Parts: sequence; structure tokens; C-alpha cells
Amino acid sequence: MEQIQITNILYLFSAIAFIMGIKRLSHPKTARSGNLLSSIGMLIAIVATLTYPGREFDFSLIIGGVLVGAVIGIIFATRVQMTEMPQMVAIFNGLGGAASAFVASSEFLSKPESPFIIVCLSVFIGALTFTGSFVAFGKLQGFISGKAVTFKGQQLINAVIAFLAVVMILAPGLIFDSSIYIGYLNAFFVVVVLALILGIGLTIPIGGADMPVVISLLNSYSGIAAAATGFLISNNALIISGSLVGASGLILTNIMCKGMNRSLANVIFGAVGAESSVGSSDGKEMSIKSYSTTEAAMILDAAEKIIIVPGYGLAVAQAQHVAREVAETLEAMGKKVLYAIHPVAGRMPGHMNVLLAEANVSYDVLKDLDEVNPEFEDCDVALILGANDVVNPAARHDQASPIYGMPILNVDKSRTVIINKRSMNPGFAGVQNELFGYDNSIMVFGDAKDMLNDLLKEVKEL
Amino acid sequence: MQIDIVSLITIFILAVFVGNEIINKVPPTLHTPLMSGSNAISGIAIVGAILAILVDAGDVSKYVGLAALICATINVVGGFLVTDRMLKMFKKK
Repeated sequence: MEQIQITNILYLFSAIAFIMGIKRLSHPKTARSGNLLSSIGMLIAIVATLTYPGREFDFSLIIGGVLVGAVIGIIFATRVQMTEMPQMVAIFNGLGGAASAFVASSEFLSKPESPFIIVCLSVFIGALTFTGSFVAFGKLQGFISGKAVTFKGQQLINAVIAFLAVVMILAPGLIFDSSIYIGYLNAFFVVVVLALILGIGLTIPIGGADMPVVISLLNSYSGIAAAATGFLISNNALIISGSLVGASGLILTNIMCKGMNRSLANVIFGAVGAESSVGSSDGKEMSIKSYSTTEAAMILDAAEKIIIVPGYGLAVAQAQHVAREVAETLEAMGKKVLYAIHPVAGRMPGHMNVLLAEANVSYDVLKDLDEVNPEFEDCDVALILGANDVVNPAARHDQASPIYGMPILNVDKSRTVIINKRSMNPGFAGVQNELFGYDNSIMVFGDAKDMLNDLLKEVKEL
Repeated sequence: MQIDIVSLITIFILAVFVGNEIINKVPPTLHTPLMSGSNAISGIAIVGAILAILVDAGDVSKYVGLAALICATINVVGGFLVTDRMLKMFKKK
């Protein structure tokens, strides 16, 4: 057997490990072993590469690079807070894009005869992912305004940049003889610069609330960049893994868009959240019932089935731990407690689930939108903690509402709805929530953590 | 390794289909670990980076390869570790 076949068989094993690894992510019970399996797949791919025939590797440089990368990776992975997970994923997306772009660049610089269009494609996607991800990171971290940054002619400028890039990718092949390397080289650098600018240009106009979509999309790009690089260097491992990641990112993008009832085009070009032109003029008066935690505790005491609806405000206040304590106390009193998680409850897909898992909430009481909505019909109390737009019934019936059509948690079907909010400020979409004025709604104002601590005391004293 | 472009495209298309099938089965609860885990997998560019760092390669392409290697290793090591950290927390009582 030729040696190259051995390498390729090892690559096949690594691809199988990745696929089986992701498959095991279909249940929390098997997920951890799945991740381990994927990492073994990566190890196999690396070993396979070192058996590549006819290559004399510069091992000192390789070991040095791996050590540097591993140390940085370990620091990131062990230090990051769970609330900061979106930022970390954004950075990693960017690095993944950069890695693919660097590989393609290195290939082109050492082999001028490489197919220019494929070189440019990998570098273009990779570089765009890189700057786009860092803008997304900046927005999540608060370095860059979380608001949509827009100016006149923005989309025209992006379109011109994209058009120029296409010209630069296609033109050299039409104009130059393949022997004029310098012509290709110049076009290559122009493409890199255009991609870096376009990454910023496409991400900067997107508002903070839409970041879950953007992160998912950039995740997908980082995979596509790897697959494109795989075409360039004719490597199966890169093509298979890259397309798995590309598919994963696209599916998550789609789920996030559905969760917000927006099309992908609307998220990318809509610049929602720039300046709020809607809402405020709507001066309908609502009568709101403000209750104390003592009264809330008495309502909970009479309830049998309680559904907790956590929003991002809960996580920001670091109140998920005390929320779990309240839930456990209620469970100990013989009540049924569930958690309802909206797809866009956190800052990235599945984020809220991780934050609750961190607070030791058992995963079998975490219910997603489709599972939990029928449960509200016979629910005694829905306890809303820092969620707003995702529980606004206007999304179901008010065609004039900007959130009309968005899938929501039907908390208003519960016998009583207890809403904890810091104040009456509207949510991300800038819409006042009509739920607060409903007959079965009760407001308990205050910081989530303080309110829950009080509530815990009251419930325990019952 | 010289494989013709049609075989590469075949592999690509089939992998996209497999990806679609298995990823659609991942429950929403695990979407964050899915993303950080797939992030680690996109660090597969590490393979391309290693292939670029050869003794007889030119300096520029070698060091560009090194930059790729560092980025990809951060992705791989950090991605798998942080995913494990998250999955460890998912418990049933």
C-alpha cells in the first residue's frame, strides 16, 4: 500500500470520529463522550498529517507553534465566564477564519501555480470571517457600540467592495499570462484588504440584539473557509470537517432567524435597533398591579405547577443560582417546576441552557419553545424573570407590532403571570409589553437577584 | 495528494448532507456546546498549517503557515476544552 493511502485512511477515521462525536451531542447524557471522540478525531488527523509522504517538516517550528497556541487556548478555555461564551465563540470563529486564510496564503506564496480563484475564495471568506468576528466580539464586549452603526450609502459601499473583489479574483486569469506572477500577487493582496474591510462593513450595521444570528453565521463561514482551503490543497480532512461546521452554522443561523421571525437578509441589511422610530408614540394606558414579594410568595404557595421563564436579565444579575434555589424549595413543597427557554433567550443559541446548567439546574426540566407551550394551558403560575419581548402576546395578534409573528412563549395562558422587572423600560425591540396590563398579570419590581432572595426567604417561611 | 476536483466536490456535497442530518438532531439545550465544539472542529485548518511548515519551504510561506498553526491550535485546544467544561455541567437530578 502506498503511504499516501495510509494518510488518507487515517483522515477517514478522523472524519468518522467527528461525525460520531457530533451524533453523540444529540443527548446531554452522551454529549461529553462525543466531544472527547471529536477531539480524538482531531488527534488522528494531526498524526495522519505527520505521516504525509514526501514532506520534510520543520518540527521545531511546528512544536513551537503548537505550544504557543495550546497555552493561549487553555487560558481562554479555563478563564472564560459562561456569560462571556458568545464573545469567546466570536473570537474562535475569527481565528478559525484567519487560520484558513493563512493556510491558503501560504500555499499561494509557495506555489504560484495554485488555482488563483480557489486561493482567493478561501482567503476572502477567511479574512472576512476574521474581521467580522472581531467586530461581533467588540459589540458583545461593549468595546464597539452595540447599537446598529449605520450611515448613508453604507450598503452601496459594501456592494462596491464586493464587486471589486469579484473583479480582482476573476480578472487576472483573463488578463495575465500565468507566468506573470507579480500581477496575480498584487491582485491577491487587494482581495485580502477588500475582504478585511468587507468583514467590518457587513457586521458593524447589525444591532446587538441580532448578535446570535451573526455569531451563528460567522461560525458557518469559518467552516466554509476551511472547506475551501481543503479544495485548494486537495485535502479530504479539511473538506469534510469544514462542511460539517458550515452546515452546523447555517442550521443554527436558521433557527435563530426563526426565533426572531426575521429573514437572514433582514438581519444583515435591516439595521434593526439603529434609532427606534417605532413604538413610543403608542400612548395606550395600561393599569399595572404591583405586588410585594410576600404576596408573590403566597400565590406561589397556592400553585401546583410553576413555569419559570428566564431572560438574559437574569443572567446579567447573576441570579440564576438563587432562581434555582427558589425552584428547589418549591419542588420540595411538592410542586412541579419547569423552565421555559426561548431560542433567543441568551446571547447565542442555547446560551441560557448553559447558564442554568452552570447553576446546577437539572437538564430534564429545561424545556424549549415547542415542548413548553402546551404546558402553559394548565399552569398555575408563570414566573417571568428578566424576559420581555419573548413573552409579549402582541406577537400573536397585533399586526402593527414590530415583533408580530415572532414565536413567543404563551405565558399569558397561565392562571397567574408574575413578572419581575427592574423598571417599566421596554425590551430590545423597543416595544411596550401589553402582557403587563393583563388581568392575570402581577408585577414585582426590583433587581432580579434581590427580589429572588426575598422571595426565597418568604417561601421558606410559609 | 492529487485527487480530481469531481471527487472533492462529491465528498463536499455528501459531507454537507451528513452534517445536516446529524446536526438537526442536536437539541436546543446543547446548541452552545455544539457551536463551540464545531468551532474546535473548524480548527482542522491545523492540518493545512502543518503541511505548510516544511524545511525547504520559503521563509514567508513558512511563517505564514506558523501564523495559521497558532490560530488553529488555539481553536482546537480552546474549543474542545471549553466544550468539555460546559458539558460537564449538564446533569440530571
